[in-house]
Amino acid sequence: MADTEAALGNAKKMTIICTKGSLDWAYPPFILATTAAAMDVDVTMFFTFYGLGLLNKDLKLKVTPLGNPAMAMPMAGMHMQMPNMVGMIPGVTDGATAMMKNMIKKKGVASIEELREAAVLSDIRMIACQMTLDLFEMDKKDMIEEIEIGGAATWMECAMQSDINLYM
Amino acid sequence: MADETLDAKGLNCPLPILKAKKSLKGMENGKVLEILATDPGAIKDFEAFCRATGNKLLSSEQDGDIYKFEIERVI
Repeated sequence: MADTEAALGNAKKMTIICTKGSLDWAYPPFILATTAAAMDVDVTMFFTFYGLGLLNKDLKLKVTPLGNPAMAMPMAGMHMQMPNMVGMIPGVTDGATAMMKNMIKKKGVASIEELREAAVLSDIRMIACQMTLDLFEMDKKDMIEEIEIGGAATWMECAMQSDINLYM
Repeated sequence: MADETLDAKGLNCPLPILKAKKSLKGMENGKVLEILATDPGAIKDFEAFCRATGNKLLSSEQDGDIYKFEIERVI
């Protein structure tokens, strides 16, 4: 049924604007985009500002407890929450990142690399923001090949034809 | 009886759905995919997945910590 709809161009459409480039914030857009594609939705992701880094071939995503009072990590049967200021100490970001990556692996949660690969395989359209490339002096050559370059109007055109438009 | 089995045990959201979709894609219309999972969220998610895609959820069972789903591929 849905495949026929896709063939006829009647599939539901969704766009997601991805603006964050940290390990935790990388998850919502990739989870929703790949799930939507699995449910026969035609998905476009637009990567801008810090979200643009999610397109780099080599991902070195990190998470920080600094400025995130909601971040409590399960540890030794309880939840550990650091005083927010501890997040400023050098090495704490790397430590928190290692802890979260360890949990991700242990709990059978997909890595961002896996989800991005799934996005590529399910023909999700990924647009890199030209302005951000210029602003941060980033190079398309460092990014995965399956992307296209575009701007606000490229997203707008797509958004106007979409049923769901999300900003993350 | 299922035509194919997908072992999604130990995998968390959204991997069981993504892998099920991939398996169904490679199957013929009318064939049945059996999915084994441990993610409790998969119960609601496979119901929603089937309603949205038109594939038919034939059964949804629990055996201890294992959830078993049978989905018929419908084009």
